[in-house]
Amino acid sequence: MTNKIMPTRETMQAIRFGYGLPGPAGPKVKMQMPDRDQILSTINAFRDLKKQADRGASDVERKARRAREKLIQLIGRQTKNHIARSVSPQDDFEERLATFWFDHFSIEITKFEASPFIQSYIEEAIRPNVMGHFSDLLAAAITHPAMVLYLDQGTSMGPNSFVANLRKQRGLNENLAREVLELHTLGVEAAYTQSDVRELAELFTGLSMDRHTFDFQFRPALAEPGRETILGQSYGGARLARLEEVTPVFEDLAAHPSTARHLARKLAIHFVADDPSEELVGDLETSYHENDGLLGAVYSVLRAHPEAKNRFGAKAKQPYDFIISSLRALGVSGQDILKAELKDLKSILLDPMHAMGQPWRQPGGPDGWPEAFDAWISPQGMATRISWAMEAPKAMGLASQEPEVILERALGEIASERVRWAVPKAETRQQGIGLVLASAEFNRR
Amino acid sequence: MNVTRRMVLGGACSFAAHPLITPMAMASVPSENRLVVILLRGGMDGLDAVRPIGAPELKMLRPEGMTKTGFDLDGYFVASEGFNPLRPLWAAGELAFVHAVSTPYRDKRSHFDGQDILEAGALSGQGIRDGWLNRLLQVLPGASEQTGFAVGGEQPLIMKGKAPVLNWAPDVPFLLTEQDRLLLDYVYAEDEAFHVAMNEAAMLVDNGMGADMKGSGARRRGGELDKIAKFTAEQLLGETRIASFTINGWDTHRNQRNTLRESLASLSKTILNLKADLGPIWSKTTIVAMTEFGRTAAMNGTYGTDHGTGGAMVLAGGAVKGGKVYGAWPGLDEASLYDRRDLMPTADVRAYAGAVIGDLYGLARADIERVVFPGLMMDQNPSVIL
Repeated sequence: MTNKIMPTRETMQAIRFGYGLPGPAGPKVKMQMPDRDQILSTINAFRDLKKQADRGASDVERKARRAREKLIQLIGRQTKNHIARSVSPQDDFEERLATFWFDHFSIEITKFEASPFIQSYIEEAIRPNVMGHFSDLLAAAITHPAMVLYLDQGTSMGPNSFVANLRKQRGLNENLAREVLELHTLGVEAAYTQSDVRELAELFTGLSMDRHTFDFQFRPALAEPGRETILGQSYGGARLARLEEVTPVFEDLAAHPSTARHLARKLAIHFVADDPSEELVGDLETSYHENDGLLGAVYSVLRAHPEAKNRFGAKAKQPYDFIISSLRALGVSGQDILKAELKDLKSILLDPMHAMGQPWRQPGGPDGWPEAFDAWISPQGMATRISWAMEAPKAMGLASQEPEVILERALGEIASERVRWAVPKAETRQQGIGLVLASAEFNRR
Repeated sequence: MNVTRRMVLGGACSFAAHPLITPMAMASVPSENRLVVILLRGGMDGLDAVRPIGAPELKMLRPEGMTKTGFDLDGYFVASEGFNPLRPLWAAGELAFVHAVSTPYRDKRSHFDGQDILEAGALSGQGIRDGWLNRLLQVLPGASEQTGFAVGGEQPLIMKGKAPVLNWAPDVPFLLTEQDRLLLDYVYAEDEAFHVAMNEAAMLVDNGMGADMKGSGARRRGGELDKIAKFTAEQLLGETRIASFTINGWDTHRNQRNTLRESLASLSKTILNLKADLGPIWSKTTIVAMTEFGRTAAMNGTYGTDHGTGGAMVLAGGAVKGGKVYGAWPGLDEASLYDRRDLMPTADVRAYAGAVIGDLYGLARADIERVVFPGLMMDQNPSVIL
């Protein structure tokens, strides 16, 4: 990093811990995120008609197409609301946290009619819990139907469960239990064994969901009887399995020193640098312990840490963040996003994000998006960022603005001499704006 | 995306009712004459494109670095080699140049301000928010929404305004221009990670692997300009009478010999494409190529030229009274230069554009001076149209 210009505290916070300088993005946007009832009724309407159409009912095909279109519109509305909230500068850090923890507890739902539940997962499990205790966030994420569905927990049954005995099949699925230990809590380096994974998987049996109402469901008939021992601690054993027997493991995993270390490292890597110092990770870890896993307290240490300032610019913005901060710099408001055409949203924002290496809502695995600088600032990544920077403002009808205004809005005092020199030299406003958005300092944070 | 900014802009430049516009009878038919305005963004170097070899100072001002000489124009001026494809047009009297012209813009020499004034057809202080071609459409007898066409992407200022105008952009992959590359290279120079990635990225973009935003109207040369010319000709063969598009690539701060040659070649090819596609309509066509400013009289330290003032305008088409370099030549001795550095503009480029539209469409001088080019004084008609 050769940018020697030191940002003010406000600029540093906005760029490192928000989606960039606030811009003139207008008043707080009134969100219109579809609620659970709307989601369910839209999905069910589609499912019913599709079933009828598949059975060959003659007159429903057109209705089924319309229901499908409605579902697409619903997903579109969710996407718009999500992006609009990021573009609006209010609650900026909370937005970044929602993204961070959604990525930490990554899920994918590729089945078309269930995909609206990705947003439900963010709204219900992630967003309300980002400032509280990690144990609550953990429990909310792991027991959310979307996670249960994603990591096959819904069909996992104890080898000696009622259902397994009935069907003479042993259907334990370790998928969720393994990821909880490896990714969500202790971390792969921690001292846990295959036996811990298996025991946790057995403890998790019974966590399930209703595939019609998409509600979380605890099904005692799937639960493995008896006690389970995880990391030396004993759980379960009641005559009738209950969810309350499972939840203590979330408390214990959250309080585990390996979890504290793992989360401290992840936060430091995501918000500060790919190679954070031992000191920074240690400070975050200590705060986590001292505050019983209260995340809000850990963030305070993170945001005030000298390393956040001293290593300003060490991280590359991920494509979503690059696009959101570009929209702000171009003067797009959350309201503009809500009003945008779905096809434009797709062709100007989502398709280019895909080309930059971050297909919308498809991180490709439970480990989420990569953090490394090189994963994003690659030749292909830069080819698409540069062409987006040069072309997208025009596609949005925003390329006739004054590039030097965009420069100030995007970078403020961190604009390098080189960018300040080059932008007025651009042949067109479009090119000048493109230079600002493509610049290294705008793509770093 | 209809991110409403466009509509906001639209709102800003639509006057409720222009007091100077007389409503036209709907029955009247627009003129048969066609006008194509090509905006040469970046500042074309008129002294290289239309070279005054008769001026004794030229050799001192430009000891090297200019494009190669093309063909003789009138013994005093020669055309740059980039115009060579247009030599037959010159011989047929279908090509003319105007020298030492500029917009009323002075001194700050900013591309953006300069282009705004060129397109608005008025100085920024005049409160004009729409483009002069749009205002022309507003006073053009028989004009309909088919009459004006902005080709090549986002509607440029020159076409914005109250009169409805059609819009079209070719769907072509994005390519980096030489200028994009130079500026990016400069911007990334001190950031190794970005610099390395960008160098490889440029190759990927050249191979068509950049982001592809449909409808964004990539603004590049070659294939794109060919498509634009073809499309423009198709429209002009139909209902359209007035079209405008842009050719970028004139900001020749370094190695002008190559960059300007390329841009002139693009312009020449585009003109020839239009002629070929327009067929019999060519005789009713006038192409006006204009730029936001000229460049410094002297060459700079990197075999290029910097932003200047007076420059040249290109006129082509069957309707043009060609084979002539128009304009009052001020000379290149230091005292005759503007600010002792730029070619002195001796006429307002709008006066020539105004003469063209006046003659093509039979507009009253008052309409031109008050509506299309507010504040312009058209003292005498230079008669550039047959």
